[in-house]
This record gives sequence, C-alpha cells and structure tokens, in this order.
Amino acid sequence: MLAIYKRELRSYFQSMIGCVFIAFLVAFAGIYFMAYNLNAGYPYFSYTLSGVLIVFLVGIPLITMKSFSEERKNKTDQLLLTAPVSLRKVVMGKYLAMVSVLAVPNLIFCLFPLIIKMQGTAYLKVDYISIAVFFLLGCVYIAIGMFLSSLTESQIIAFITTFGVLLVLYLWDGILSFLPSSAISGVVGIIILLTIVAVYVQQMTGNWFISGGIELIGIAACVVTYIVKSSLFENILTKFLGNLALANVFTDITSNSIVDVSGLILYLSVIVVFIFLTVQAIQKRRWS
Amino acid sequence: MIEVKNLVKKYGSHLAIDHLNFKIEKGKIYGFLGPNGAGKSTTMNIMTGYLGATEGEVLINGHDILKEPEEAKKHIGYLPELPPLYTEMTVQEYLDFTAELKGISRDKRESSVEEVLKLAKLMDVRGRLIRNLSKGYRQRVGLAQAVLGFPDIIILDEPTVGLDPKQIIEIRELIRKLAKDHTVILSSHILAEVREVCDYIMIISKGRLVASDTPDNLEHLMDDSETVEILAKTEPSRLREILSSVNEISGIKTEKRADGTTYAALEVKEHKDIREKVFFAFAGANCPLLMLNTNRASLEEIFLELTQGETGSKLLSAEREEDETDAGDL
Repeated sequence: MLAIYKRELRSYFQSMIGCVFIAFLVAFAGIYFMAYNLNAGYPYFSYTLSGVLIVFLVGIPLITMKSFSEERKNKTDQLLLTAPVSLRKVVMGKYLAMVSVLAVPNLIFCLFPLIIKMQGTAYLKVDYISIAVFFLLGCVYIAIGMFLSSLTESQIIAFITTFGVLLVLYLWDGILSFLPSSAISGVVGIIILLTIVAVYVQQMTGNWFISGGIELIGIAACVVTYIVKSSLFENILTKFLGNLALANVFTDITSNSIVDVSGLILYLSVIVVFIFLTVQAIQKRRWS
Repeated sequence: MIEVKNLVKKYGSHLAIDHLNFKIEKGKIYGFLGPNGAGKSTTMNIMTGYLGATEGEVLINGHDILKEPEEAKKHIGYLPELPPLYTEMTVQEYLDFTAELKGISRDKRESSVEEVLKLAKLMDVRGRLIRNLSKGYRQRVGLAQAVLGFPDIIILDEPTVGLDPKQIIEIRELIRKLAKDHTVILSSHILAEVREVCDYIMIISKGRLVASDTPDNLEHLMDDSETVEILAKTEPSRLREILSSVNEISGIKTEKRADGTTYAALEVKEHKDIREKVFFAFAGANCPLLMLNTNRASLEEIFLELTQGETGSKLLSAEREEDETDAGDL
C-alpha cells in the first residue's frame, strides 16, 4: 500500500496535475480572501471558504479523473492486480495519495486566519473547524470521483461525470424543492429508489434471488407501512434525499457556526461506501 | 507447481477458454502456442490473477489464485502482452516501485533491482524516462519487472514481440538462463520461437488444449501420416498398376500434370522405407521416375493441422477422414 501511495503522490507532482490543482485552489481562495476579508474587512475566513466550495467542483475531478481510468487505459492495472497486494490496499493507497494532495492547499489555508488575526479580531476556532470540515468534504468528493473513474477507461468521461455529479450535489437543495411532499408520492419515490438499488445489486451479483428479494420485501414493507401509518411518508423524499446535500453540513458551520456531528458521520460513511464501491467495481470487471 | 483444473472463461456468450486442464512442473520452459485469439493471453491473465475464471481453479504451489491471491501471487512474475509501464517514471524509479510493490524487504531491494538491471542489460538507460525508451527497451524493462525478486514462476506473454532479431536472441538467452532455477511459461504465435526455447509445448486452439508434449514427441505424433512423393512420366492408371506390386502402400493420391507426367503421394503402412521398392518397380516397368521424396510432417504442419480443423480436434479423427478419401481414390 505504501508503495502505491508514494508512487501516486510523486506522479501527481511530476505530471503537473497536483500542482495545477493546488495552485488553482489557492489562487481562488486568495481572490475570495482579498475580496471578503481584506477589502470588505469581514473577520471570518470560513465565509471565504464557502465561496471557494464551487472551485471544488472543477478541482476535485481534476485529481480523481486519472486515478483508475488511466491505469486501465495503459494496462498498468495488470501490474497492480497481479502483484501480491490486495485490491483494497491498492484502492486505499490511491485514495490516500489524492487526500494528501488535497491536504496541501488546506494546510496553506490554515495561514489565512492568522493573517486576519494580525489585522485585528479573528475567530480562529470557527475558522479552523471549517477548514477541517472543508477538507473532509473534499475527501468525500474524492471518494465519489475515484469511484466514477474506476467505471471508465476515459479520463475525459471520468472528469465530466464527476463534475456533473458534484454539480448536482451542489445544487441539490434547489432541485429538492421540486419534489412532491404528499404521502403517496413518497411511497412511489421510495419504491423507485429501491428499484434502482435492486437493479444495481442485480448488475453486481447477477443473482436474481437476492435482487428480487430486496425489491419484493422492500415494496411489501412500504405498502404495509403506508396502509398502517401513511403520515410517515409525508415529506419523506425531501427528508431522505436532503441528506445528499452534502455541502449543507459545511455551510452550517460557515454561516451559522453550527457543527453537526451527525453530518460528519455522514461524510465518513459516504467515504467508506464509495471506497467499497470502487473495490467492487474493479472486482466486477475482472469477472465479466 | 501450477495446476490448472477445468478452466472455463466466458466473455458474454463467447467461450474464450473451454475446459482447460494442465499441470506445470518445476524447472522447465513451457510454451503456449496458438493462433491469434486462441485464448493464450486470457489463460495467462487468469493464471496470474488478473482475471477471474468463470469455472475451474488455478493452484500456484498449492495456493488457489482466487482464494489466497496474495500468497499465490508472491510466486509469480508476469509480463503481460503490453508491458505495464508508468511512462512518467525513470527505469530506476519504476523498478524500485515494483520491488516495493512485490514486498521485497528493504535491505534486499537495492541489490535485487541492481541484479535485474544487469540481467536485462538496462544499466545504460536506468536514469532515463520510460516514455523516451524504444519499444525494445520497454519490453526489457517489462521483463526486468517480471523477473524482479526472482519468483519461482515467470510468465511471459509474447516476450519477443516488436524486438529486432538481435534483441530476440538476447531475450531467448535470458530466458534460458532464467530457466536454470525457475519455471518459465511463455506464449507465442511464432512456432520457430517456441521450438527454439521451450522444453514443452502446449498447443491451444479455440480455448482448448489440443496437444501438449515435447517438440520432438510432437513431431513423432504425425509419423503415421508419413508420405512418399513421386513424379513419374506416365499416366495415372499405369502408375497405379506399377505400384500395385508394392504391398506396403496403403493409399495413393494421384494428380495428372499437363506435361504428361503424374504426381503421386503414397501413404505408407507402419513407417517402412519403401523408396527402394518403388524405384525398382518403376525400373522394372521401364517407366522413368523423375522425383522420389519422403515427406515427414513438420511441426508447422502439426500446428496447422491441430489449430485449423473445424473443431480443432484430435489427430485421430483427422487421420480417419484421410483414410476415407483414399479409399475413394483407390
């Protein structure tokens, strides 16, 4: 795992991508910092960071796009998969290398609150917590980007799909307001989601028994619950899918100074889920 | 060493490997021979754990490649068809990385990289980026990677593709050197190459093992179909009449030529040398014999015979068909 981690990290800085990513993020943070904190004199760096969030949408796909698609295209994945290293370690090595690249601009960000402090009052606690959560959110995005990269051979497609998914997540709050709130539409929505999960399970395992079972039991549970207590389904889609607006946890800190611990746990679980899915996607390809 | 049991690989509905069985023993050079698309690379990819098999199992020194992948992969060095090189690294960096990846302990890493650099004659280019190397050198870097750490089994998929004749000879020498204390498996669609280096040949066609033996034994496999070719200045019917006195002939195929001569291929029973008898038969009949020639099946013919048959099937059935046509001729 260490070998892969070191190689990946070196490759990011040898091939410019890492440098471009860091320069890009720091430059935009600098612009926002100058506008909000220095010119307007607002003492919270966390507010600046929430502006930088949109730069992630372009920056993260830049570092995740090549993680697996390039290996597959150049057939170097043959080296990794035939080496005496488990697939989980290969994925973790690559993931940690990307996280390390992301850590560099975040460490640079740690200097900004100090600059504010030099000029007068600074709210260091909020600022540092928001930098940490900003970094964690980046880790979530990287996990998503890595998964999408493992699905394709083309870096361009990996970039575009990651950008698209991140953009949808960014705009999620707005999209959510279009969802219906009645109980019956809630049931239908849940069943549609369940079907998507069942189709995915079917794709991965090829086992009609498991996927069909999930679908049937799920539908039965929904219908029974609906009959017994239909009020449960009111607004369920907004509540359930609202969790996907991942950035909300971060913006809560920057705009209201509220740290939502369950949100942080959500971040960690999303990371774990996408690393798991990446391993599964690669495994699946070996068998098809 | 390696045991492949009942291996099946399907790509959708296409059967790439069809119930393959073989065993590989220590200290020999094995050659996988087969036309393009026969399933050589797929077999190798499964043996090294890159692909999963649809059915069957592969045991490497007793470890199942799918159930205990890490243990099994430790014994294998693999050079795929396209060397898996990171082109933005230098040769030295790349080999250091693969050494670490293969779990060679820190103190031995440097010396083992040094050793393979010497072995693959890469000392001059060790500091150069792989991107700037020629195809031949890249192949050697791939080979160095496979040999690194000297695993028991070294699997090479078409190791000499794209190399110039001098490099081919060098790589062959290298393979022979390695075979002294390792098992080497290589694949090729070039017959001469396999024959040159390998102790044991496995011919694969359409995902099935159609023959496996030493090169010499494979040649003997077709002894039964040894033929004698003759060219005589006479009509086909007269030729058959003259040869009727030679009892050892089991079948005659004739072909009339425009210049009044007849070409004939004679099938011989139980490998007897009938040339003298044929000569005297024609001399006795006062008929000029223009050519007399024994034709033994070469490895090329065996290869074609085995791989081009509709079912790629056994020699036996191929022979039977021939017998039938001969009977018709007679």
